[in-house]
Amino acid sequence: MAQIIIRNLRKEFGSFTAVRESSFTIEDGEFFMLLGPSGCGKTTTLRMIAGLELPSSGEILLDGEEISRRPPSERDIAFVFQMFALYPHMNVRKNISYPLVSQGMPRAQVRAKVAEVARILGIEDILDRSVGGLSGGDRQRVALGRAIVREPKAFMMDEPLGALDAEFREHMAEELRALHDRMGATTVYVTHDQLEAMQMGDKIVVMNNAVVEQFGTPQEIYDKPATMFVADFIGSPSMNFLKFHGKIGIGAREVALGNTAFAVPQTREPFEGDMVFGVRPEHVRLSDDAPYRAEVRATEYLGTTQIVTLETAGGEIKARVPAHQVARVGESLGLDFEAGTITLFDRQSGRALKSELNEGVLHG
Amino acid sequence: MSSFSITAPSGRVKWIAGTLVIFYALITMIPLVWIAITGFKSPADAIAYPPKYIAGSDSDAGFTPTLEGYVNLFTTRTRQTQEYLEANPPETWADEIVRQYDMVIVGPSKFGERFLNSVIIGFGSTFLSVFLGTLAAYAFSRFKIPLADDLLFFILSTRMMPPIAVAIPIFLMYRQLGLSDTHLGMILLYSGVNISLAVWLLKSFIDGIPTEYEEAALIDGYTRFQAFIKVVLPQAATGIASTAIFCLIFSWNEYAFAVLLTTANAQTAPPFIPTIIGVGGLDWPAIAAGVTIFLLPVMIFTVLLRKHLLRGITFGAVRK
Repeated sequence: MAQIIIRNLRKEFGSFTAVRESSFTIEDGEFFMLLGPSGCGKTTTLRMIAGLELPSSGEILLDGEEISRRPPSERDIAFVFQMFALYPHMNVRKNISYPLVSQGMPRAQVRAKVAEVARILGIEDILDRSVGGLSGGDRQRVALGRAIVREPKAFMMDEPLGALDAEFREHMAEELRALHDRMGATTVYVTHDQLEAMQMGDKIVVMNNAVVEQFGTPQEIYDKPATMFVADFIGSPSMNFLKFHGKIGIGAREVALGNTAFAVPQTREPFEGDMVFGVRPEHVRLSDDAPYRAEVRATEYLGTTQIVTLETAGGEIKARVPAHQVARVGESLGLDFEAGTITLFDRQSGRALKSELNEGVLHG
Repeated sequence: MSSFSITAPSGRVKWIAGTLVIFYALITMIPLVWIAITGFKSPADAIAYPPKYIAGSDSDAGFTPTLEGYVNLFTTRTRQTQEYLEANPPETWADEIVRQYDMVIVGPSKFGERFLNSVIIGFGSTFLSVFLGTLAAYAFSRFKIPLADDLLFFILSTRMMPPIAVAIPIFLMYRQLGLSDTHLGMILLYSGVNISLAVWLLKSFIDGIPTEYEEAALIDGYTRFQAFIKVVLPQAATGIASTAIFCLIFSWNEYAFAVLLTTANAQTAPPFIPTIIGVGGLDWPAIAAGVTIFLLPVMIFTVLLRKHLLRGITFGAVRK
């Protein structure tokens, strides 16, 4: 299987830059998520790895070999398309065996391979059907079958669950993850769905506006966002941002929001100017006697928890609190935050300020 | 079946629509049927008034079917003296038919040759237009071609005047090039007219085929040309078939250039059929027989490809 190293990869379409100097490493056997809003360059990055687009500059190393200029057929990478792209004029068996036929594999061996793949995916009974009449899930399985049948070095998947019904997606996501765990093949998976990325990925790259914002494990990305964009994009509801102005030195342990001091992870760099105090909704606590006051604007009941929207001097804030906790609209409450989870951002650039929390996670 | 639907037509509407369609079909079929029937009449019956149209009937409208028209179409005949006719009894059924006019068959007519010319030129130019059209359409659809829009407009502009408007320059050019009255000349000419239609029609078809299929084939280890042949072409079959029908219908039926540019060697059936001269006037049954045979190939071709044609007409109307 394979390790993939992306180094300073760049892609321009005319005057439009789709991907800007991106670098990251995909370790052997990883389930690697490329996450970002539409148009952020994630699919272009994936297509460059597969060879469907030529990079304008930069390198792609597959097991140490530079492959960025090779045609897709010489890269030994499989690709699963969002719309599956099953050959409509062939039946399921032919679709799956097509990559093997191109290698000139003997017919008996092809049959055996296809049968094996069909067994793994549980599609033995539809092998002789035409692909036209298949359900979304079966098409997805056939597309996967076509990808895994030739045992490529790596799999590229471009929103493979995007075309499926919501209820079926979850099921398919589990199946995909299970398949990956069994085969252990390096997989690069593009999605715009942060939940899907968190759920399935070993590592996540978050892209925005052609730039890699952060890469790391789902936990790192969720708990220690490198930029305000990542903090906002990941999590639902997203991270709360309270604007404030101030000055911090190296080793500071608290910051002042209005007249209230809040403990934060010890800072590792000095900063002066406009900042943002970032806190996840589940790290907001409501208490009657806390000095930082807020007014309840709305509550959303979610079963075990509820989302309480509050208005503070620093802006609107959402708190995820137990469902049984009483919060009436219009009521004035005190807020407290879990000190160890706070991230401070430079408001101008959106960059997270270094602290003991995110030390070692931030790159560049 | 649901009992009521807003969009599905009711039984009565279907019945009325069906009746109208059948009525329309009957009306459009009348000239064709008339031609086909005339081919089996004797010359006298063919111009009789009131017309005769019921084969084998004794009534006033009845006539006795005969193969005279077909025999006259395919043969040349000459009148002979009674002594000659008595000395040489008829050998075949065709001989017997012409004997009633004191004639004998002396050889085949030019019709077979002309018909073959039509087949060679019609199908040849259809193949050439569709072949070049498919390649050009694929290139326009998939690759970034400098000035692609201008080139496409230029291609389309060749259809902005009736082709016959350039008859004189083409006539002079063909004479200089030695292409007058040659199969190659006619194939090139008809292909030139058809190719703009082929490129435009096929481009819209190929545009409708998602590029993911080719990309999947590229990933699966094929070259772009293999992907084109094995993945794009089968899916463009509908478009190719309907384009082929349109091209064939034009080049098969074309009359003006055929009259102008062909005489002895490469003459097609359309200019030949009206020149079939009978005894004491036009031989209508022979002409009708010729027309009937001439219509058959396009009819068969169209019927064979009708599914594709229908899909071609509604192509792109509904997003799949």
